[in-house]
Amino acid sequence: MSEEIRTGVYTCHCGSNIAATVDVKAVAEYAAKLPNVVVSRDYKYMCSDPGQDLIKQDIREHKLNRIVVASCSPHLHEHTFRTALAKGGLNEFFFQMVNIREQDSWVHADKPAATAKAIDLIRAAVCRVALQKPLTKGSIPIHPSVLVVGGGIAGIHAALTLANAGKKVYLVEREPTIGGHMAKFDKTFPTLDCAACILTPKMSSVRAHPNITLWSYSEVTQVDGYVGNFKVTVTRKPRYIMEDLCAGCLECIEACVYKDGKFVDDFNMGLSKRKPIYIPFPQAIPQVPVIDPETCIDFKTGKCKKSCVEACGERHAINLKMKETTEIIDVGTIILSTGFQVFDAHRSPEFGYGIYPNVYTALEIERLVNASGPTSGEVVLRDGKRPKSVAIIHCVGSRDEKTNRWCSRVCCMYSLKLAHLLKEHTDAEIFNFYIDIRTPGKGFEEFYQKLRNEGVHFIRGKVAEVTDWAFDPSEEGKLVIRVEDTLLGFARRIPVDMVVLATGLEPHADAQEVRRRFNLTCSSEGFFLERHPKLAPVSTFTDGVFLAGACQSPKDIPDTVAQAGAAAAEALALIDAGHVEIEPNTAFVLEEDCSGCRTCIPMCPFSAITFSEETKLASINQALCKGCGTCVASCPSGSIVQNLYDDEEIFAEIEGVLSNA
Amino acid sequence: MPEAVEPKILAIFCNWCTYLAADLAGTSRIKYPANIRVVRVMCSGRVDPQFVMDAFAKGADGVLIGGCHPGDCHYQEGNYKCLRRFELLRRMVREMGIEDERFRLEWISASEGERLRTVVTDMVEKIRPLGPRQTLTEVTQ
Repeated sequence: MSEEIRTGVYTCHCGSNIAATVDVKAVAEYAAKLPNVVVSRDYKYMCSDPGQDLIKQDIREHKLNRIVVASCSPHLHEHTFRTALAKGGLNEFFFQMVNIREQDSWVHADKPAATAKAIDLIRAAVCRVALQKPLTKGSIPIHPSVLVVGGGIAGIHAALTLANAGKKVYLVEREPTIGGHMAKFDKTFPTLDCAACILTPKMSSVRAHPNITLWSYSEVTQVDGYVGNFKVTVTRKPRYIMEDLCAGCLECIEACVYKDGKFVDDFNMGLSKRKPIYIPFPQAIPQVPVIDPETCIDFKTGKCKKSCVEACGERHAINLKMKETTEIIDVGTIILSTGFQVFDAHRSPEFGYGIYPNVYTALEIERLVNASGPTSGEVVLRDGKRPKSVAIIHCVGSRDEKTNRWCSRVCCMYSLKLAHLLKEHTDAEIFNFYIDIRTPGKGFEEFYQKLRNEGVHFIRGKVAEVTDWAFDPSEEGKLVIRVEDTLLGFARRIPVDMVVLATGLEPHADAQEVRRRFNLTCSSEGFFLERHPKLAPVSTFTDGVFLAGACQSPKDIPDTVAQAGAAAAEALALIDAGHVEIEPNTAFVLEEDCSGCRTCIPMCPFSAITFSEETKLASINQALCKGCGTCVASCPSGSIVQNLYDDEEIFAEIEGVLSNA
Repeated sequence: MPEAVEPKILAIFCNWCTYLAADLAGTSRIKYPANIRVVRVMCSGRVDPQFVMDAFAKGADGVLIGGCHPGDCHYQEGNYKCLRRFELLRRMVREMGIEDERFRLEWISASEGERLRTVVTDMVEKIRPLGPRQTLTEVTQ
């Protein structure tokens, strides 16, 4: 290389995050003596404005043409420093970042060892950066349509925000109706707003919005492509009623040969029965019934008089021969708002769910207190009597070593809400059994105080067991809560009529499949992982795919809606930019060295490599190449080069790491 | 008896899973031995067998390759390609008199900071008693 290499090395203290474990001064002094290094500095916060200015200034004053910054993970600040290079007038790819925080000072306690490691890594980067080449970022156009997966409050809000901004939105929901869990709630905490009154108008807006295509009872089955240019396959399950012909009169349901509901109604948590032809709830969107082939006589025996078809009459909206269909759509960005599933209380048998009939989950109580629920808001036990005393057990399937270790965040508040509603509906004595009451939200603590003033009892202690084993006559016919009251310091037995389990939130059972379909990562609990908890909380490691709501972690409605708005804004930012810059780490073939052996061709998962029969050479389509480098490693003649991860750069890095070995 | 030395392990981690696991170990302040030096590549499929040979030739006491779990590769199947190469390469590395403990391929996902600690700690503990790695010349003599 004719040009003289002039490298600047910047070692960051990160306050004391790095400096406490790595001898930053010694590292900077060592780096100053490395070949090609013209400037070596250490600074408190390299990512700050003055830190970046140091780089820009040195590029000008010392004619630097290579920069190494030893600080945090490149996933955090690589972009920051590259931008500083560009502003300093240097190609942004003459840069190498050394991770001495996440992968050094934070994981090692031994200062000399951590310092030695930092020195090795910086030496490697100095060796590598000398060989790096100037590159230009690629640019790809963004398709202006958006796919939103999951029609709960998160998906609804994101879809409406985007549609109101004039973007075309496809909203795909797996259930026959949108609305998600929120549609099952009676009131929302802490304001006690009626859930239906704030949700159902939004649901109707989705239905009516000209920019939204709503596909309910449908699932995304395949995702191809990349940011800006996704090709998505949506499978639409047959609901046996044609959405475009149905008027939503629901006369077919009335006409069904089953005079009363006979099958478990999932929407009401099994507290009521439905017919084989049903609509999940009266305000469902779309206002179109669905036929369940598992329970419909005609599907089972073929011998039904089809009174539903008759009732539909001239409309001919019922089609019992309906088949599954697929739609293939092009979108530029995707918002995942697939929500959560409720912890299955059977997994904690000590609380007696499924054993004692009067043990309920919180979601069942939501339906019981709901005016449009199975009892029209009448809170009664399974035998029809009103409970005189109710126990609410917190943290069922949350903060529990045996089941889920995380806090589900919403249970304290919804337990307080249910306590209030149960008291209002039944005037029963209410006992809350809690580990800690967590009310860190706007108006939450005030709501807790209000509940205390209403005379609701709070007992601090993790419930040991719910039993029907009576020790004295006062406990006969009751459910007894055995608990250690940790404030009073002794074990108590509290007999009640009804037990409510505040079940936690967990990832959907098929979250792993969904994750793979969208090429995402999960956190250790199984919730979808955001790109960065603070800097990119709704982005993922797959560009163009954003997260909203409880699929990312348990959260309440205000947080979910806020996140959905943020995800919509991220999608809008991409769409309005019109294009996205991509890393120039693609591979290309050095034609003069290619022997035409075709080893590389089956290596590429994206079919980006083609072989020309004419020239007998391989070539790589830059638009299809994703930059994994698998072909590069396979080429026997070393004739494929990957930008940013060139062989000689990696060899230099390896040599640099080990040259002091 | 080989004398006790601090082995130096060259780690080659993929950008999307294992490198992120190493970052997560950091943000979770999980402690592990300071013997590894990480080189980042986009995919474990990028790991050229020559990188491994070169590392051993330049004096690495161990080489650790980290990729995404099967089925989880950010590029669909680069980790399978890596696995195939690893199996072949391991035989070659063995032929050169390098102990199996010194060359590992591990699947560590972005959420497995704890697993990263376990793997690194285990590898260091197994390599340490082997002492400094003998060069090919020393083995043949």
